[in-house]
Amino acid sequence: MSALEIKNLHVSIDETPIIKGLNLKVNKGEVHAIMGPNGTGKSTLAYAVMGHPKYEITDGDILVDGASVLELAPDERSRAGVFLAFQYPVSIPGVTVANFLRTALNARHRHMEPPQGDISVLEFRKLLKSKMDLLEMDYAFGGRYLNEGFSGGEKKRTEVLQLAVLEPAFAILDETDSGLDIDAIRIVSEGVNAVKGPNMGVMVITHYQRILNYIKPDFVHIMFDGRIVESGDQELSLLLEDEGYDWVREKYGLAEAS
Amino acid sequence: MTSKAPKVIIKKSSGRTRESLSEFKFDQKQIPLAKEAGLRDYRENAWENYQKLSFPSLKDEAWRRTDIRRLNTGAFSFPNKEIEYQGPPNKLLDPVILGDGRSGQIVSGAIETQINLDQELVRKGVIFTNFHTAEINNPELLSKLLGKIVSPDEDKFTALAAALSKDGVFLYVPKNVVIDQPLHSLYWGAGENTAFINHILVWLEDGAQVTFVHESSSPKGDLGSQVFHDGIVEIYVGKNAHLNFVELQSWGQNVWSFTRERAKVMGDGKLDWIFGAMGTQLTKNFSDIDLVEPGAEGRISGFYFANGTQHLDHDTQQNHLAGNTISDLLYKGALMDESRSVWQGMIYVAPGADGTDGYQANRNLILSKGARADSIPGLEILADDVRCTHGATVGKIDEDELFYLYSRGIPKDEARQLIVMGFFERIMDRIPFEGVQNRFKDAIIDKMSGG
Repeated sequence: MSALEIKNLHVSIDETPIIKGLNLKVNKGEVHAIMGPNGTGKSTLAYAVMGHPKYEITDGDILVDGASVLELAPDERSRAGVFLAFQYPVSIPGVTVANFLRTALNARHRHMEPPQGDISVLEFRKLLKSKMDLLEMDYAFGGRYLNEGFSGGEKKRTEVLQLAVLEPAFAILDETDSGLDIDAIRIVSEGVNAVKGPNMGVMVITHYQRILNYIKPDFVHIMFDGRIVESGDQELSLLLEDEGYDWVREKYGLAEAS
Repeated sequence: MTSKAPKVIIKKSSGRTRESLSEFKFDQKQIPLAKEAGLRDYRENAWENYQKLSFPSLKDEAWRRTDIRRLNTGAFSFPNKEIEYQGPPNKLLDPVILGDGRSGQIVSGAIETQINLDQELVRKGVIFTNFHTAEINNPELLSKLLGKIVSPDEDKFTALAAALSKDGVFLYVPKNVVIDQPLHSLYWGAGENTAFINHILVWLEDGAQVTFVHESSSPKGDLGSQVFHDGIVEIYVGKNAHLNFVELQSWGQNVWSFTRERAKVMGDGKLDWIFGAMGTQLTKNFSDIDLVEPGAEGRISGFYFANGTQHLDHDTQQNHLAGNTISDLLYKGALMDESRSVWQGMIYVAPGADGTDGYQANRNLILSKGARADSIPGLEILADDVRCTHGATVGKIDEDELFYLYSRGIPKDEARQLIVMGFFERIMDRIPFEGVQNRFKDAIIDKMSGG
């Protein structure tokens, strides 16, 4: 079965270990929530999977469909099926959302086996509009410069739009709910729900359980000090909502946490 | 205008310092013969200045960042009529601005001069021709207008161009004549150790309107031998007249180009000047706008992209010589490899030129460790009630932006290209001609993919 597998992963930033032996397997069609207090390495996990050069993998492996991606550059990992919806998407001045997405889509086509031709402008416009409809986005978004002057909600929605257009095998949503009001969370979540399906595995990284009211997780994992310390179903996230993270800190040693 | 005759600052070379450069091999006998006395005087006077003036040197403020001592002065001669030089590629002859057609085209330089002009415009009194033809058909007019904007004594190169311009374009648009379709001229250089000296004179009488595209280009060339280009551009925009002037250079990498350009804009006249630089080994360009009467407006939108060991030096001057005048300058450039750019800009506001609105900005994107951009904005304001703003930046590609693009599957080279294109987008927005945009974009892709 097609899966994103993380095996005994150790990640350091500037020689400081952040992730210390993390194991996780996300099968296609599953939704996994990764929860945990701030500073436990949730975003580091996301960046490490995507291949950011600042995050050094010192041990362990990341596999997509059984093949290690550690030697792949970020753009190759993306084309292998990994997608990261950023917590803080950067803006790219002068590059429109439409142009950006068409370039990304064409890069995928070109690297297929066998290579496919570029998508026609007309065909692309149709595709983009249908995905925008899905996310209740104004078509004018296509002509705006990527994330330039976007509100928090617009940025997150644009991340989901990219997810919808690129249709990756595995999507990591890094705190997609942060900074959004409840309506924005609902819209973004509905977008994710509309996009995900049996052919996509999703990892929802979040601090709060509220987004999980909309994106129903099959599995909930609690991350603490660079490891997954508890796994369960949605009951676990509800428990966190009621009781917070203190019991996690107590149970799994706060000594080295600070 | 009530103020006293304002002083226009013209950056002249001091003419004092002798450099190691040897004199050109040009000869007084090469001055094009003119029957008209005024033209004769103009050229002879220019020749005298040329002989009198020294080469500018690093000691001259306007030249201190551009070292011309490797200019192979002794090697240059005019193209040999016996030789058939390589001609321009067809795409340069195509109209760069698409429309129903073209009102006229002049092709000159290393190939036989060809001149075309719509007969309807001829009937309306429009002149669009080379100097040689104008000297036969319109000697008095040419003589009256030549040298009124750029004086032949501004520096040695200017004097030389004034004296020896064999190739010139004379565009004259009579009062209230509006030309819908753009006029196009291509100045084509070729050969080795060849010299191309030209003079462009654009004169719009009151209420006239035209779009004029002037391109300079040559084969890619071999760095082993130099080609010399020396030019003058004089522009007059009459009251209520409107000129779109698109100037593109894609000279070969062996070309050393020296150009002195100035536009004079009268009351409520408007100049929209688009300037694109891609080629040359070395460029020293002066582009000035004189806004001499209230309501005059000048806009300059410049872009450049340098690679290899190119050195591009653009010196701009926005002279507000009357009140209620507007200038707006934006230059954007990207630099690769070991290339270097210099932009030095000045907004000058004359005493009494109140209500002036002046803007200048230069933005540079450095794409390689060895590349460098010098950006020097300047203001000299001698009036009280003005609004002048300027900005200059030199930056690199943001690593976070690149990672974002990678994370969507866009490979490195394409990601860099996308960011560079985005960087130029604001300048492209100011260029209403898709053909001009495409020509620049093609050049960027060519250079970024190692072309």
